[in-house]
Amino acid sequence: MENFEPKIIGFLCNWCSYAGADLAGVSRLQYPANLRVVRVMCSGRVDPTFVFKALDGGADGVLIAGCHPGDCHYSDGNYNTMKRYPLMLQVLEQMGVDKRRVRLEWISAAEGPQFASIVNEFTEQIRQLGPFKKGERTERGAEVG
Amino acid sequence: MAKLKLALYWAAACGGCDVAVLDVHEKILDIAGVADIVLWPVATDHKYADVEKMAPGSIDVCLFNGAVRNSENEHMARLLREKSRVMVAFGSCAVSGGIPALANFKQREDILQRVYMDTPSTVNPGQVLPVTGCPVNEGVLHLPEFFDFVHSLNQVVEVDYYVPGCPPTAQRIWEVVQAIAAGNLPGAGATVGALEKSLCDECPREKSNKKIKRFYRSHEIIPDPHRCLLEQGLLCMGPVTRGGCGAQCINANMPCRGCYGPLPGVIDQGAKYISSIGAVIDARTPEEAEEILAGIADPAGTFYRFGMATALLKGANR
Repeated sequence: MENFEPKIIGFLCNWCSYAGADLAGVSRLQYPANLRVVRVMCSGRVDPTFVFKALDGGADGVLIAGCHPGDCHYSDGNYNTMKRYPLMLQVLEQMGVDKRRVRLEWISAAEGPQFASIVNEFTEQIRQLGPFKKGERTERGAEVG
Repeated sequence: MAKLKLALYWAAACGGCDVAVLDVHEKILDIAGVADIVLWPVATDHKYADVEKMAPGSIDVCLFNGAVRNSENEHMARLLREKSRVMVAFGSCAVSGGIPALANFKQREDILQRVYMDTPSTVNPGQVLPVTGCPVNEGVLHLPEFFDFVHSLNQVVEVDYYVPGCPPTAQRIWEVVQAIAAGNLPGAGATVGALEKSLCDECPREKSNKKIKRFYRSHEIIPDPHRCLLEQGLLCMGPVTRGGCGAQCINANMPCRGCYGPLPGVIDQGAKYISSIGAVIDARTPEEAEEILAGIADPAGTFYRFGMATALLKGANR
């Protein structure tokens, strides 16, 4: 466990969060290299299938980041993400996945420092949770029936 | 043309698929006209030993219904695969686990505990659980081993065709049988007896702009028979489910339960449904969204009602 380096997949929206990550980079802010970034046009494009597939394929955590509500380049995409996120968490719990492994954040193009601190914090959280083992038992996964 | 040798087998399933075959009514005689039935436990008196004696490949088509949940199911799946030229996963349970695979939300021990100890009607003072072998005077009696996980057929043996549905409708079964008899099947691995488009495509209801303010369970509302059920707050799986069933549930004023499985190209029906439901909820804040979503009693059980064995995350007992 001590040498555990979490694998985290980050789906970042092209217009805000990816630019925020870029700003963190050009500002030379330090954050862990555990995040593997996938640039998507909009957080609304992040089908829950992507998240499930990432976890199924060996990720320990998934970060979805998009524009702040009201700022979406496609006006509504991030609202769709916001609305299905709690439903996705419920299903994850029932499937026996700790919902702390999947996180949604709004990060604007100007928020380089926020991006770095979110990645720091989330990486630390996943480190605490340990490697994602299929079949980890959650309250909901064991209770529903 | 020589008559086809046809086998139908029933693994972990309710028996509805077998009854659905019988539901082709008098056409069953036409099926008997083009095919010799070499195994059909629900209707004929062939024994497993008869199948074991057959040469490999001597069954032309096997329609295998039911999931693989115990060692007997697995044995028969392997045996019939060896003896059959064409293996068809017939019905939702064989295709993707079906209702039996909802057990994948639980660990094996939890299921045995519930079924043999805790149900209100159970009297089991000796705390007896099923065992795979029991010595008696005449020898040892065997029971199949209960697996940890409910599998779809293609997780155990190679499958050539998939006929979804819980059960497949009689009309579609008849079409599939005709296609088999005529040698008119698509490339191996195809889903037959279903459409390439969603159920919404054949749903006769009027669809306007979906904006859902609250969800209802089907006993809480008598829906308008002409309007889209999803728009009325019923969790209709139509948008992510293959058509082909003739919209039977919809026509009976019941929402689609998703038994015809995911659309072509969709690898996880439940994930796709989360996506589509998210888009139609009428909320502007996370709090509002959560309040509306609280009306969904058992999201995973509803969205993966027929597909838990093949779901990406596969449940708590993987």
